[in-house]
Amino acid sequence: MPRVSFANVTKNFGKVVALDEVSFDVSDGQYLCVLGPTGSGKTTLLKLLAGLLKPDEGTIYFDGKPVNNVNAQDRNAVYVPQQYALFPHLTVLQNVAFGPLARGKPASIALETASKALDLVRLSWRAQALPNELSGGMQQRVALARGLASGAGLLLLDEPLGALDARLRLDLRHKLRDLVKQSGFTAIHVTHDQDEAMSVGDEIMVLRNGRIQDYGPQRRVYRRPASIFVANMIGGASFLEGMVDTTVGETALISVRGGLTVQAPSTTLTLTAPVILALRKERIRISRDRLEMENVFKGEIRGVRFLGNSKEYLIRIPNGDIIASRQFAESEDDAFKVGEEVQVGFLEGDAMVFEYPAKGLRNELEVG
Amino acid sequence: MEGAVLWSFVIGLVVSILDVLGGIPLAWLIVRSHGHWTTILDSLADIPFIVPTVALGFSILEFWSSPGGLAQLFGSTSLVSSGVILIVLLHFAFSFPVIVRVMVGEFLNYRETYEVAARTLGASAFTAVRTVTMPILRPGILAAFLLALARSLSETGATIVVAGAFENGTVFINNVRGSGLTAAVVIASSIMIVSSLTVFGLIKIITPRIRVAPLKVWPNLERKLSKSPVVATRNAISLIVFLVFVLLPCLFIALPAVEAVAAGTATEAFAGVGPWKAFWSSMSLSYVIAVLATIVNIVSGLPVAILIARNRFGTRISRVVDALVDLPIIVPSLALGVSLNFFWRNMGALPEFWVIVLAHTTITYSYFVRTMAASIQGIAPELEDAARTLGARPLRVFRKITLPLTKYSLLSGAILVFTRSVDETGATSAVAATLKTAPILLVSWIRGTVAVTPAERALGVGFLVATSFLALVMLRLIATRISARKVA
Repeated sequence: MPRVSFANVTKNFGKVVALDEVSFDVSDGQYLCVLGPTGSGKTTLLKLLAGLLKPDEGTIYFDGKPVNNVNAQDRNAVYVPQQYALFPHLTVLQNVAFGPLARGKPASIALETASKALDLVRLSWRAQALPNELSGGMQQRVALARGLASGAGLLLLDEPLGALDARLRLDLRHKLRDLVKQSGFTAIHVTHDQDEAMSVGDEIMVLRNGRIQDYGPQRRVYRRPASIFVANMIGGASFLEGMVDTTVGETALISVRGGLTVQAPSTTLTLTAPVILALRKERIRISRDRLEMENVFKGEIRGVRFLGNSKEYLIRIPNGDIIASRQFAESEDDAFKVGEEVQVGFLEGDAMVFEYPAKGLRNELEVG
Repeated sequence: MEGAVLWSFVIGLVVSILDVLGGIPLAWLIVRSHGHWTTILDSLADIPFIVPTVALGFSILEFWSSPGGLAQLFGSTSLVSSGVILIVLLHFAFSFPVIVRVMVGEFLNYRETYEVAARTLGASAFTAVRTVTMPILRPGILAAFLLALARSLSETGATIVVAGAFENGTVFINNVRGSGLTAAVVIASSIMIVSSLTVFGLIKIITPRIRVAPLKVWPNLERKLSKSPVVATRNAISLIVFLVFVLLPCLFIALPAVEAVAAGTATEAFAGVGPWKAFWSSMSLSYVIAVLATIVNIVSGLPVAILIARNRFGTRISRVVDALVDLPIIVPSLALGVSLNFFWRNMGALPEFWVIVLAHTTITYSYFVRTMAASIQGIAPELEDAARTLGARPLRVFRKITLPLTKYSLLSGAILVFTRSVDETGATSAVAATLKTAPILLVSWIRGTVAVTPAERALGVGFLVATSFLALVMLRLIATRISARKVA
């Protein structure tokens, strides 16, 4: 199953730059999730890998060999489009057997491979059905089985769960990952759902305007995002504007606009440089009692959003900014009320500090 | 007579199969190769449809059979003499645009992702098209095939011109009618109508039930067939077929017309000397009738199109109406004419002019309703519902929502009706007693019942083609302007 590399790949559509000098490597058997807003170049990336588009510049390598001039049918990379594109005139079994047959396998072997793949997705009992007789979830599994049976090593999944109900999506995403991993495929899974990316990808790549914003193991990308955009795209955060005051050993003191000093991990940022402080909702504690943390302020509850298993509070802190905090399962009696005075706190290590973006904060937070 | 009817079907089936084989690669070329020249090709493919059938017959006769035609190149006097083969060549040419038109639409609507998926699963381009695209488009191919078959079975005007002594169903009806045997006409027409309907019904019922053969792939062979030299050869062949068997034969009449202009015949023609007086009045009669038939069709056809598209009276009634709408294109045009003649004559003292207008409305009915019904079906009913909940009355919804969204189809439906009406010969000749539309007048010129010189004959046909072509180009320009505005 192939190792995949992009070396300075650029792809333009007329004047629009879809991918701009993109370079990365995916190792054998990895499950990579590519995350990005609409128009960030995700689908272009997949189509380049599938051989459906040719790069304008740069080279794509499979196992170290350049494949720019290899046709789609000879690449051993299966593209699974968002709507699955199951052939409506063929039965489920014929659909799954299409790959091996197209690659010249004898019918008996092709059908055997197909049956095994259908077993894997537990749809053998629907082998003789036509695609339109199946539910959306089943169609998704057939599309996956078709990819797995194809004899290719690289699976290119374009929003594979995008057409399904929210509930089914949650159920299927782990099954999808398990099946792909079990079969030893290298998989590249494109999505705009950050929860999905986080829970299925070994690694996550964040794209924006055709450039890679961040690329790394899922935990690292969440804990230490490379940019404000990534922090906002994955997980979301409250953002405060400030300036580096002093650094003492591992700790930096940052004075936040409006008069508030915050302890954060010391960074390579220069003193007095404008910075953005990003705080994850779930790392912000609120309490009626005293909090034992490096950063503690008084705050006032300004709003509550009920999210089922958790609540999100909007809190005004002394400098006038509003930050969000997510709290799990307190009883209704203990719940904070709008207008209530509380203690707000977070650990030094949970403060993420970024250089102030050249085009302003608002631009950096745009994900549409 | 049985022989003649049987020949109609043999010719019809052979022609339709050849048309499908020739038309699909060209439609493919038009849709899949990018560049401005394919747009031109697309318009050129319409030409056989807008040349009046009788002129088409004349042109094809000249091209294949006369010493001045293609035979010149081979140093012989005639390549194909009048008869079966020439009828096949004629029907191939005039049914060709039907296939191209339908298939271009089908290819444009087709979701390419199926093909893309097949390619990344390891199928070569040829395999992908053969095992995925074509089977998915089977209903469209069948529809195109049936339209071509209907054209071939029912066409009379041009067929008479090239038939010589040979008789197929429609020529037979024409000949017995000429001999004044009314009873024979009725019997022959009934047989043609009933057998056409039966064949159509059978094809429609049987074809969807034929199971697609088990999936089989020949990877090496099909890979070779997908290579670019093979593809280029295929494109070249389909272009040559289109050029030699469709476009050139159809436009061949333009050549003597050019000479005729140089020889001064045109000056006489414009002065309205000799036979030209009758010609110009026939021309204006034809275009007036075509305009009226188009208007009547739009007014009367729109409600039916809505009824079919929106299942207004339940699915069953809509389906029956849907099937009945095709009747006028299935029934042989001459038989249709005879039938219409009986019908309107019994209705009492309707002037002949209006009988012709109504006959043309009937003949062209299917084209308009078909086009509009398909187009209205394409509009999401939610749009109309939304407009209604915003407080618009049904008529306003139609005027402000449905009509603007189907403008392009309305216009192309109108183009089909208009051109069909101008070129119709068979049915008109059965209905008209004293009035002569342009195609009927030209038949009498070509058949020699009215004495004219070959130059005059060619020029007459040339005028009719040129005006029809201009009308079409103009309507197309309007259509593209409207659709451009729709996008903007």
